[in-house]
Amino acid sequence: MNETIIYSIVLLAALGLVLALILYLVAQKFKVEEDPRIDLVAEALPGANCGACGKAGCRDMAVQIVKDPAYTGCPVCNEENIARIAEILGRIPEKKEPSIAVVRCQGGKVNSPSRVGFEGLSSCSYASSVFPGEGGCPFGCLGLGDCVQACTFGALHINPETGLPEVDPEKCTACGACAKACPRGVIEIRKKREKTGRVFIGCVNQQKGPSAMKVCKVSCIGCGKCVQACPKKAITVANNLAYIDDTLCVACQLCVKVCPRNAIAVLPVEKLRPAAPKPAAPAPAEEPARQESGAQA
Amino acid sequence: MKTFNIGGVHPKDNKLNADAPIRELPLPKQACVMASQHLGAPSQPIVKKGDKVKVGTVLTSNEAFLGAVVHSPVSGTVSKIAEIADASLYPKPAIFIDVEGDEWEESIDRSPEIKREISLSGPEIIQRVKEMGIVGMGGACFPTHVKLMPPKDAKAEFLLLNGVECEPYLTCDYRLMLDHAEEILIGASALMKALDVKQAIVGIEANKPKAIEHMSAMAKNFPGISVQALKMKYPQGAEKQLIKALTGRAVPSGKLPINVGCVVDNVATCYAVYQAVQKNMPLVQRIVTVTGPGIPQPANFLARIGTPVSAFLEAVGGIPANTGKVISGGPMMGKALADAETCSVKGMSGILVLPEDQSHRKQVYPCIRCGKCVDACPMGLEPYLIASTTLAKAFELTEKARVMDCIECGCCHYTCPSNRPLLDAIKLGKSTVGKIIRARNAKK
Repeated sequence: MNETIIYSIVLLAALGLVLALILYLVAQKFKVEEDPRIDLVAEALPGANCGACGKAGCRDMAVQIVKDPAYTGCPVCNEENIARIAEILGRIPEKKEPSIAVVRCQGGKVNSPSRVGFEGLSSCSYASSVFPGEGGCPFGCLGLGDCVQACTFGALHINPETGLPEVDPEKCTACGACAKACPRGVIEIRKKREKTGRVFIGCVNQQKGPSAMKVCKVSCIGCGKCVQACPKKAITVANNLAYIDDTLCVACQLCVKVCPRNAIAVLPVEKLRPAAPKPAAPAPAEEPARQESGAQA
Repeated sequence: MKTFNIGGVHPKDNKLNADAPIRELPLPKQACVMASQHLGAPSQPIVKKGDKVKVGTVLTSNEAFLGAVVHSPVSGTVSKIAEIADASLYPKPAIFIDVEGDEWEESIDRSPEIKREISLSGPEIIQRVKEMGIVGMGGACFPTHVKLMPPKDAKAEFLLLNGVECEPYLTCDYRLMLDHAEEILIGASALMKALDVKQAIVGIEANKPKAIEHMSAMAKNFPGISVQALKMKYPQGAEKQLIKALTGRAVPSGKLPINVGCVVDNVATCYAVYQAVQKNMPLVQRIVTVTGPGIPQPANFLARIGTPVSAFLEAVGGIPANTGKVISGGPMMGKALADAETCSVKGMSGILVLPEDQSHRKQVYPCIRCGKCVDACPMGLEPYLIASTTLAKAFELTEKARVMDCIECGCCHYTCPSNRPLLDAIKLGKSTVGKIIRARNAKK
């Protein structure tokens, strides 16, 4: 009886030793050297695996950053992230102007009132294939929230009063997922400009003036007044629609004051300077008549 | 009795105005003619503001293979060429004509007698059909001359005439078969000549016994044309389902009816072909059913293309106060109209007025995996799977689930006990997968 116990212990111990030796040799032979900084950089990245950089995930991005000193990387990193990564790698932190997503549509329930009802699948890309939108604008925001779903940072929500998406500047990392998800191309990534406020045309309607006026109270009609008012020549009009070049704009807000349609938006709202008193109130847009029939997909 | 073998549903047929004879709708004061009224490359207006036009004057040009021109449905002056919201509310170019009198182009034969002898040769018939802007009048508006020119490797054996009218409420094809049976059959003979086929079968559902009897009696004088009664089932009027029901042949996935030797045309299209080939008359008018549960006297109107929907509704005595929705087409595949000033087009077979309580979607519940949509799908697809993979954005799985075979008949949506918006999701998947496939083919 004792013998059996002793044999077993000895045999197992010997077996353990031999196997441990094999494992050790194999581990030595096939050892993979990994830069310990990769793990540190991966930790310093936002870690949302949002895919905005085009890599498989944050770790994949970290590998790239460590390997390639010239690589200017993660589009969603804020200053803090960048500083930490620079510290880990002993590089000079690159200066990056913060960006943010802006919604270039101010129509919604208030300015482009519902002419038809929609009860179909709650998806902008589907609704866009069926009809122009409840207010009738074939370019504007549909308000069904494809962008909200696409945002991995929870930075978007639909304002129930206006039916338009709003961007939370605290959470938005300007990854661009919402801009890709929007079937109408309403969302654009622009400079954040926290001090001066961001000035942009809050409209993407390319219809001619009269048609654009019919569908929305604050639509751009491509009149060109803002082009003349801009001291930096940052505004161009194409396809009946004005566009402010973000790299040239100095956020002086001169265009905002001359726009007869109130189509130029300033965010955050508190940065909007009070307009000089106008000689007469702008004529209100023609109220679209409510139809007797409701459309549905 | 014959029918197609997989799937299908049985909605109540509600043919309210089956016995109402065709009435002529008075000319509108202004006609608004959409510049493109077919499936395919858009047409360009060739008239200018201030031009005088007669009924039958060509208004648009279209050089594309998959193109059809539009003729003026009225006589008068072109008042403007502008964009107007079409049935979907999207703005599309249209030609507005102020109506003055009713003067027709001299080349058009308007005499009432039936011209039986087909003097044109096959290629001449195809050319005439193209010039006269004939498109499929069942609703899809596919240019008819394209169907008459099969690819070189395919040969048509059968011409199938679609008199099924499986959409509930609609009766325009039924009335046409009762009132103009002979013209339809002459039109069919012209198509047979153009296609060089010896056999044509008219498919009519069993809920139209008078039409079956009348068409069968008339068809005795036409060699090669027979009438086949079909068991009632939706969507029997869909091309692939009708081919299965009448010939027993199945169109393989991704193939066209011509690949199994069939060409399908609606009876209304045949009537238009008769008028084009024998009377030199372009497609300027059609029969439109105006119906609905609350309409006191549902009717079938012979109306010019470009008549506003409001004129139709006035002609039946206005719409009831509880109207929730006005649909262009039938209740299964039709589209809700956003504006009563929308104008009729070549493919508008009916105007259906539904009361408020029938106009809304029902509350959506979770999928209970009952499989009713799978049983109902006439294409043998798995609608729940296509819908869920689409919503999960797993489009490679959507493609594997054969989303491109979907004919968008809506049987799955109709039959779902949880009222899930299956067809909406499937349409989204179909358009997305279509884009992916096109991008992939462009790369190759």
